Amino acid sequence: MSKIGLPRGLLYYEFAPLWTTFFEALGAEVVVSPKTNKKILDDGTRYCVDDACIPVKVFHGHVLNLKNKVDTLFIPRIMGIHQKEYICPKFCGLPEMIKYSINDLPKMINTKIDYTKKDQSKRTMNQIASYITTNKKTIQKAYQMANQSYTEYKKNQKELLISNNHNIMIMGHPYIIYDDFLNMSIKKKLKKAGLYPVTYDIFDESILNKYALGYHGKIFWLFFRKMIGACLYLIDHKLVDGVIYLSSFGCGIDSVVAETVERNIRRNSQIPFMLITIDEHSGEAGFNTRLEAFIDMLKWRNKDENYLSPYGDYVYSR
Amino acid sequence: MKITFPHMGTTYIPVKMMLDELEVEVVLPPKSNKKTLELGTKYSPEGICVPFKIITGNIIEGIEQGADTVFMLTGCGPCRFGIFHALQNEIIRDMGYEVEFITADRFSNYQGLKEFVDQLKEASSSNHYIKILKTIRKGLKLLNEVDVLHDLGNKIRPKEINKGEVDYLFSHYENEIRKSYGYIEMMEITKSYQEKIKNVSINKSRDCLKVGIVGEIYTIIENYINFNIERKLGNMGVEVIRTTSATEFVREQLDFIPFIRSEKKKIYQAASLYLDIPIGGHAINTIGNIIRGVHNEYDGFVHLLPFTCMPEIVALSILPTIEKEQNVPIMSLVLDEMTGEAGYMTRLEAFVDLIQRRRELKNEGKSFSWY
Repeated sequence: MSKIGLPRGLLYYEFAPLWTTFFEALGAEVVVSPKTNKKILDDGTRYCVDDACIPVKVFHGHVLNLKNKVDTLFIPRIMGIHQKEYICPKFCGLPEMIKYSINDLPKMINTKIDYTKKDQSKRTMNQIASYITTNKKTIQKAYQMANQSYTEYKKNQKELLISNNHNIMIMGHPYIIYDDFLNMSIKKKLKKAGLYPVTYDIFDESILNKYALGYHGKIFWLFFRKMIGACLYLIDHKLVDGVIYLSSFGCGIDSVVAETVERNIRRNSQIPFMLITIDEHSGEAGFNTRLEAFIDMLKWRNKDENYLSPYGDYVYSR
Repeated sequence: MKITFPHMGTTYIPVKMMLDELEVEVVLPPKSNKKTLELGTKYSPEGICVPFKIITGNIIEGIEQGADTVFMLTGCGPCRFGIFHALQNEIIRDMGYEVEFITADRFSNYQGLKEFVDQLKEASSSNHYIKILKTIRKGLKLLNEVDVLHDLGNKIRPKEINKGEVDYLFSHYENEIRKSYGYIEMMEITKSYQEKIKNVSINKSRDCLKVGIVGEIYTIIENYINFNIERKLGNMGVEVIRTTSATEFVREQLDFIPFIRSEKKKIYQAASLYLDIPIGGHAINTIGNIIRGVHNEYDGFVHLLPFTCMPEIVALSILPTIEKEQNVPIMSLVLDEMTGEAGYMTRLEAFVDLIQRRRELKNEGKSFSWY
């Protein structure tokens, strides 16, 4: 029985149940690297090219962690998972980045996942499965099971929204907002302060798509669509008390998306917005200070409702 | 309607000519300079790449000079370039300017090309399709001639006997072309300067080092952001080969039309050893051009990329392996608004010294490996 390693990084946070169930149903043993820690980050930083963003560096660290434990690594080459929609080019070149940065790697499954022209999920699944088994029945069954568990996982994420008055939207790529080491357990900290953190995953895909259509530019990135959809929805519905955008330093997509989201929120609403940029030098103390200041501001705003003006407005109504 | 458009090296020459021919009033922003970059940096997002910042600066300067319409290329691919216009639209709007954006999608199929033509037609309300198509053809011709002139300069510069003659001719050329109007005049000037540069007296016997410039297209073509790297290397006595030019870029987009040929296939073929699919931007061109350059016995490569450029980072992580396996020196220069010219010069000089020594050792027949 072959051991397949799944590095706990990048799109693992989006597709974990899909991939795990699929490989397990095919009869392979799945080994997932441990949660990100200091050593993984340091290793990744040492091996990865300097200019890459921190999630990619962390991914390198996870691969290093798995290197000697498994006989196959699953590092797909993801071009896009929806029609006419791409992901960051680093995902497309990820197998190359890993291959040329780390020596003595085990065998890699780097099937191309490219649905930008048409949905090829079946063909792709067959290609991936061919590394383990050629039995068509098993593949078919595994494919169904994987799909099911993924749908369930997505459904579970949606039920998390509790409609109280203290929701904070955390925006950013899934590999930052779900990696508690990179986001320095922001969720725990918010909960401790009596706030309820939510992510854009609570919204239905259809809602996000509908609102994303309202944006004037052509949208061709997966995360851009999701985040701009969530942002425009928030502006319309005022579901949250504040928005915290977690971005990684040097992220190409965030540099555009964060700016667009910020400009839209500031122009069209009075929701407080904070952008926090994370890299491998981020100190937790500075992070906490900013977070606490943000939380204080929200609380004062609730308490002194009419006495505190949002940025750019007058204190006294004229 | 007064139309402005951002700069990218010398591409403003054919673009201005095309708009001239279509009788649209053009507001040509000043050549990219320090003020452009400062303006752009001030209003752009912090983490975005330097081409965006300069382009934004160009647009703002164009608008300040009275333009009311902005012409901007877009695209649809993993690279950020396709989204530039939307973000710039928001920035300009938040600054309080009322301008219209005319965007042309990358014309890599007949439909895209038709949209481009329609956009041009909209901009110049009175023109026929035939005239527009003819103008586009003229634009491509002029673009080609301008690039030929440029490459000619790169070839002659290291061999010239009176130092600075080519640079002198180039600065005069740009002055004249800025004052000219329309296809015939611009073409004449370009051709005459091609002759002038050909007639520069050169030292034929001089054996020049050959350095290929690879990387992201904007940083290769825009002389302001790469600190005139071709001129600098040329004056150090190095023959510079630009592996990517605006002509080649346009050809790659248009090569679905039967009679237009590009090097795309050959480049992809050469790159396939290390990277077998295009991942957006110019990453695969970088790899492919290096391999092709190695076959043509270039002495070294300078890899230019803007800071945080996503596709080039992938290329960057492959380069050390290529250096080792192909036994060729490659220097990567990351450019952004903080890049200082002095540090940049030091690195270039050191690089040239190294490849000079390397070639001497090779010529003396000593066994020499880069590692």
